[in-house]
Amino acid sequence: MARINLEHIRHAYGAKPKSEADYALKEVHHEWNDGGAYALLGPSGCGKTTLLNIISGLINPSEGQILFDGTDVTHLATQHRNIAQVFQFPVIYDTMTVYDNLAFPLRNRHVPEAEVDRRVKEIIEMIGLGGWAKKTARGLTADQKQKISLGRGLVRSDVSAILFDEPLTVIDPEMKWVLRSQIKRLHKRFGFTMVYVTHDQTEALTFADKVVVMYDGQIVQIGTPAELFERPSHTFVGYFIGSPGMNVLPAKIDGATAAVGGESIALGFRPKIKAGATTELGIRPEFISLGREGMPVAITKVEDIGRHKVVRARFADRPISIIVDEDGEIPAEPHVTFDRQAINIYADSWRVGEEA
Amino acid sequence: MEKTWNNNAWFMVLPVLVLVAFSAVIPLMTVVNYSVQDTFGNNEFFWAGTDWFQDVLESDRFWDALTRNLIFSAIILAIEIPLGIVIALNMPKKGIGVPICLVLMALPLLIPWNVVGTIWQVFGRVDIGLLGRTLAALGINYNYVQNPIDAWVTLIVMDVWHWTSLVVLLCYAGLVSIPDAYYQAAKIDGASRWSVFRYIQLPKMKRVLLIAFLLRFMDSFMIYTEPFVVTGGGPGNSTTFLSIDLVKMAIGQFDLGPAAALSIIYFLIILLLSWIFYTVMTTSDAKG
Ligand SMILES: Nc1ncnc2c1ncn2[C@@H]1O[C@H](COP(=O)(O)OP(=O)(O)O)[C@@H](O)[C@H]1O
Ligand SMILES: [Mg+2]
Repeated sequence: MARINLEHIRHAYGAKPKSEADYALKEVHHEWNDGGAYALLGPSGCGKTTLLNIISGLINPSEGQILFDGTDVTHLATQHRNIAQVFQFPVIYDTMTVYDNLAFPLRNRHVPEAEVDRRVKEIIEMIGLGGWAKKTARGLTADQKQKISLGRGLVRSDVSAILFDEPLTVIDPEMKWVLRSQIKRLHKRFGFTMVYVTHDQTEALTFADKVVVMYDGQIVQIGTPAELFERPSHTFVGYFIGSPGMNVLPAKIDGATAAVGGESIALGFRPKIKAGATTELGIRPEFISLGREGMPVAITKVEDIGRHKVVRARFADRPISIIVDEDGEIPAEPHVTFDRQAINIYADSWRVGEEA
Repeated sequence: MEKTWNNNAWFMVLPVLVLVAFSAVIPLMTVVNYSVQDTFGNNEFFWAGTDWFQDVLESDRFWDALTRNLIFSAIILAIEIPLGIVIALNMPKKGIGVPICLVLMALPLLIPWNVVGTIWQVFGRVDIGLLGRTLAALGINYNYVQNPIDAWVTLIVMDVWHWTSLVVLLCYAGLVSIPDAYYQAAKIDGASRWSVFRYIQLPKMKRVLLIAFLLRFMDSFMIYTEPFVVTGGGPGNSTTFLSIDLVKMAIGQFDLGPAAALSIIYFLIILLLSWIFYTVMTTSDAKG
């Protein structure tokens, strides 16, 4: 129940950052809509946890401001931000019972005991630890402990935002699915703003309205799952989203054609490119069709993965992947054609639009 | 699972067994031997049964000294454990302050007992000691040679100065093993400073505290060198602890029988109390 604005946030862990490389967060300027469900996706070490800790106030950013509903909270302590956060590794209070663990965040805020009881009972059922309420948390298994951590994040119904930092990593797949839908349900019911860190792209894509992709201390793209798939704005997003990732081939751009190796590909638009930029052509394996016509390729390997086949091939002396239907045939002299609509052009790794 | 027996292993532990036998078991047995016999010199011994034990247990001297010991240990524990925890909580967790604090803390532990005794003996003297003179100049009537309370205060302050570091270092080791995520979660959960101590830090320190508690109990209960050097057991008998009494008896009066009986009783008391503390503290630990 808060709109969160990150205003030109930069953060370095060291005291005196000298170069750009010293920053764990390079520059994040972004608005999280009130009640939005965001997935934060990115490789390990790209700054996801740092970003969450800045939002919750566990870390003070080196530069920039954070606004909650327009109010500057940059220097407000975590306790006063009304934010819940679930950490990647379980944190439980060993000596307390499961029940008391879940009640802890409420009791610290002097919630009336009847309300505490109601909330805790609901959450304890939700995380499937109903029978364990009176047990001390010490003897529980890692995934039970993580459920308690998760429960403590969800137990407060009035939070502005809940930040989840890869909360389901240690949980088994079936329970993962159950908990994920429970979190979604709670999100619908209470309307908190939700940021969900994961490096599992299926989790991100099925979970969130908007997916935020981070790479090397920056947000490289924010979009719906479809946008990330069709128009990756950075070659990293292309690689990272999709399986296999987007094919990115070095290309020389000349007007509305791209030259890849010896082949020239018509683009249907004139990309706007600054002089001296390294240019690449991106095409997803799903949008390449294999047949008897088009540009020649040499097939190196065919992987059958259920509903479709992944064909690994060399094109213009570069490895590419092609997705073919399960019953699609592979010709003896294979050629490929690219779906023109699906081609993206990148200059210095960033996607470029049409020349005006 | 099959167990493989390797008899060669026994040879490996043999040196330790011999060492323990010579350093602990044999002396202890000698003491047991003395405690049930009487002698009038000339290496002639007579069977005395439990007479010496009865004598010791019926003497006021024993009960007075035991009471002093118990009070002393109780005071020492009541001061050093909480003080040690408080200091450990306030030590820096990272940066240049860490090694500095650790060295400062370790310093008193490196000083031998009798030197500590001597330092304080001189430090507290009313005629030449820095502390004694300063207190006198401030108009405080302090004289550990004449006033039993002053003697006790001196011994306690000395022990606290000497041994609180041990508690600090043990607690500190427990504290630095707590991952940052715990403190972060506590902030998110809105925990107060006290709750953080009660539910995160104290549980993590519990094990080391148990060790600190037992070590400080056993050590303070066996205190000998410091009172021997500083007060010699006085004024009067006010700082005559069991150990001092024992030495007086054995070496001063050469009453080997009663002294041996006292040793064994002393040993059993320490064993018993340590066992009680250990059991009580570990069972409460298991219950959480
Ligand atoms: N407490 C810290 N001190 C110093 N560097 C850190 C600390 N935490 C994270 N970093 C560094 O900051 C970068 C981002 O880390 P993090 O936010 O944890 O990434 P992620 O959660 O995406 O894996 C990494 O290079 C990491 O090494
Ligand atoms: Mg992380």
